[in-house]
Amino acid sequence: MATLVELRDVVKHFPVARSLGEVVRGEHPAVHALDGVSFDVGSGDAVAIVGESGCGKTTLGRLMLKLVEPTAGSIAFDGAPLAGLAGEGLRAFRRQAQLVFQNPFDALNPRFTIYRAVAEPLLNAGIDKAEHLDRVAAAFRRVHLPDLDRYLDKYPHQLSGGQLQRVVLARALVLAPRFLVADEPVSMLDVSVRAGILALMREVRDTMGLSAVYISHDLALVRYLCERTLVMYLGCIVEDGPTEEIVRRPRHPYSQALVAAVPVPDADQSRAPLPISGNVPDAREPPSGCRFRDRCPRAMARCAEETPVLRSIADGHRVACHLDLA
Amino acid sequence: MAERADPVLPVRTGLRRAEAASAAQAGWPRLPVLRRMAAMPLRDPFAFTGLLIYLLFVLVALFADQLAPLDPLEILFTKAGKLAANVPPGLDFPLGTTNLGRDIYAQLVHGTRSALAVGLSAAIIVAIVGTVVGLVAGYFGGMVDAVLMRIADMALSLPFLPFVIVLTGFLGASTSNIVFAVALLLWPNSARVIRSQVLTLRERAYVEAARVTGASSWRILFVHIAPNILPLSFVYAAIAIGWAIITEASVSFLGFGDSESVSWGYMLQDAFSSQALSRGQYAWFVPPGVCIILVVVAGFFISRGYEEVFMPRLRGR
Amino acid sequence: MILEVDGLKIHYSTRAGAVRAVDGASFAVPQGRIVGLVGESGCGKTTAVRAIMGVLAENGRRAGGRVVFKGQAIDEATTRKLLWRDIAYVPQSAMSSLDPVYTVGAQLVEVLTKRGNASRSAARARAAELFDLVGLSESRLADYPHQFSGGMRQRAAIAMALALKPSLLLADEPVTALDVIVQRQILDMLRTLQQRLRLSMVLVTHDISVVAYLCDDVVVMYAGQVIESGPVREVLARPRHPYTMGLRNAFPDLMSDALELVPIGGSPPDLSDPPPGCRFAPRCPFVLAACTTSAALMAGGGKQAHASACLRDDEALSLRKAAMDPATWQRSSNFAMS
Repeated sequence: MATLVELRDVVKHFPVARSLGEVVRGEHPAVHALDGVSFDVGSGDAVAIVGESGCGKTTLGRLMLKLVEPTAGSIAFDGAPLAGLAGEGLRAFRRQAQLVFQNPFDALNPRFTIYRAVAEPLLNAGIDKAEHLDRVAAAFRRVHLPDLDRYLDKYPHQLSGGQLQRVVLARALVLAPRFLVADEPVSMLDVSVRAGILALMREVRDTMGLSAVYISHDLALVRYLCERTLVMYLGCIVEDGPTEEIVRRPRHPYSQALVAAVPVPDADQSRAPLPISGNVPDAREPPSGCRFRDRCPRAMARCAEETPVLRSIADGHRVACHLDLA
Repeated sequence: MAERADPVLPVRTGLRRAEAASAAQAGWPRLPVLRRMAAMPLRDPFAFTGLLIYLLFVLVALFADQLAPLDPLEILFTKAGKLAANVPPGLDFPLGTTNLGRDIYAQLVHGTRSALAVGLSAAIIVAIVGTVVGLVAGYFGGMVDAVLMRIADMALSLPFLPFVIVLTGFLGASTSNIVFAVALLLWPNSARVIRSQVLTLRERAYVEAARVTGASSWRILFVHIAPNILPLSFVYAAIAIGWAIITEASVSFLGFGDSESVSWGYMLQDAFSSQALSRGQYAWFVPPGVCIILVVVAGFFISRGYEEVFMPRLRGR
Repeated sequence: MILEVDGLKIHYSTRAGAVRAVDGASFAVPQGRIVGLVGESGCGKTTAVRAIMGVLAENGRRAGGRVVFKGQAIDEATTRKLLWRDIAYVPQSAMSSLDPVYTVGAQLVEVLTKRGNASRSAARARAAELFDLVGLSESRLADYPHQFSGGMRQRAAIAMALALKPSLLLADEPVTALDVIVQRQILDMLRTLQQRLRLSMVLVTHDISVVAYLCDDVVVMYAGQVIESGPVREVLARPRHPYTMGLRNAFPDLMSDALELVPIGGSPPDLSDPPPGCRFAPRCPFVLAACTTSAALMAGGGKQAHASACLRDDEALSLRKAAMDPATWQRSSNFAMS
């Protein structure tokens, strides 16, 4: 299976405003959003990136779409590095890689009609106007919004959350991209609506053969969409493997805490205390060595001195931990 | 901590409501923001008054020749051949004459043209320059932003009236130079506010969406961001009208104005130097003063109305 | 019962007419239990709680029903006196409603002195006690809200609510905006508090997993009405109302083997003009003609342990079986697009 997206040692630091003392001392404090992330997305894969706020998953999504430039490291799409893209090359990339947003109410310009919003990518790509209506109609069919005429001249505030998210998806699909990044696509929707959108995304992925990356904080949801999951903590990947494995037998101590913390709709679920302590450290000064060490119930001396690297413990399953987890 | 909630609006559910459907019907203007801007005066009584006042003055300016056939600068003589100086208001001269025998009423009416020309040209320049600078500085950031904002800072630190006087001293005391000087000093205000608004809008998800779908920066700027800025431009344009007129009046009053054309400020200066106040010739200086006040206040009423279009939260519920 | 809500009706007056946000809701909170009030956006749960506390928005008013607290009927005027003393409220945006210009300790002390008539020194001691109760270190009393993380701010908000030893705590979506690990810690803390202080609690949320984890009883609301209530175990394992059955299917369960999420087609009704009869009828796969004309009342008048407002309540067993089949929901999906 061909590799579509390739990330190697990607680092992203966001500089923060410096105090006078820091300027004088020549220090450059920065938020370490991502520190050395490497993974591949194969053609047709559906990969989930999960983690809590501050783990860098959103930044990673933006980097993969060249909305943000990395501080170091490389990202390649279909063999071509993103760094060098400009002009026509950049436009070609934009046609192939799209984003689905978290907040459907904000992802659409409130002054555009629905038609205009969905047709805009076609305009930007230079597609002949005569084809616009057909392609928009095709996109609407894909997202199961029948009766195109019902929606064409409506404005975003007239549609419900579920309908709007379908429109956002239609806009992302109208250019028939090969790669989709979905950033918390259902977290702002009502529960009874989420299922519909998730089912739709699964269907679209299957029928269009897309490669997709789903960014979410909700482990329970990504199970329905992705065969593979990356667990991130404070800018690093701590575990990368089949979703079912990570949910049933998480290896990394952080993954274990994460899975244990998710509540389920079962009154008899486990209420055992979590195998984790403390709070997420400041991203400006991440701990040395393994970033999880001051919250890890099984930290050793080695964890403070040496940063663990992602190593394979089974086929398609990598963990970044000094413990023997095979 | 348990304060009252914000007033609740009907929960959005996705079923189309009749009113919303009809609002979406194609009608002119198509862009909702333009429609709101056009409709604003109908809702705000102050802005409506302001608009009426403007309309009145525009009509007067347009039909000045018909309303006041006499040449404002023509020196008039009585039937007896004497200078018709300081004639009190009457049938021939509704507001009387100046001490040089000029018809005050004609001056007032023709002065409207000058005032509106000054006000509108300054407003247009301020709106265009301020908006473009605000958009470019806010969206592109970096060096462009730094340079433009430092230029704006420099313009803001200049004292208003003295600068206008000095500039017209250099370039010559014509109305267009006064307009130029006023615009030069007023654009930074709108530029800064528009820039900060652009900074916020730039982070909105739909702007990011436009980037992801391949829109060029210029397209994003003019199609996605600029329409949301328009009401702000109008606010500052309306304010600029008032400022320009007052400045022109002040400059003329101080004697540095254009002596070729008749403006309200010129009238005030003329009245002052012929001691109209101590002579009690109120009909000479009160009308131009009142006109200035009316036009400037109208400008502020309208700008206040557009502020509410721009920030609906200011509207009372 | 420490709190009884009987036929509560709350209307908001808007330009579009009166929105009947809560239309005849009845439920009860037993002493010393945690009751989950669950439903989707627009179902009226937040409004109901705000009405009980007397902090409705200006355009809202109680249009009917009664609220009885500790045997006494209360309305807006009386609730304000009880506020923070006997009934405490942690609003939805509690995390961001801490005043940024005062230290958290100062705000806590203010509540204790102004509303609790304590002396400053007693208040300071009590503030330290409260922080300890919610798992915050006493040294953080001198910090400002922006120095606290989201989870810590929520704990501080809960500490403030508990300052004057209330017997009832109303919490509106207390963990929704928090990461899952922090969420779990806060939920555990709430359970501990409830046991130690013998509190009664009402937890408003849209997440039935949270309800399953923390609550003893659950009240399910839909479109301004209560449609099912009962012990959590009962309601989740053996739901009696089609909406609850559908909700159960729509919630992903991390631990279950089933990999199928079944959406409920359609969307909640417009509350300025709700349909006659059962409000869930347009989306219900088990709808009968009678459902669209007459609204069902809670079986047993809401006093039964596990009650639901469905005309076909006596067929609950067979309906439940049918509800487990995704095909049942797809049929109703087809004519009601969400």
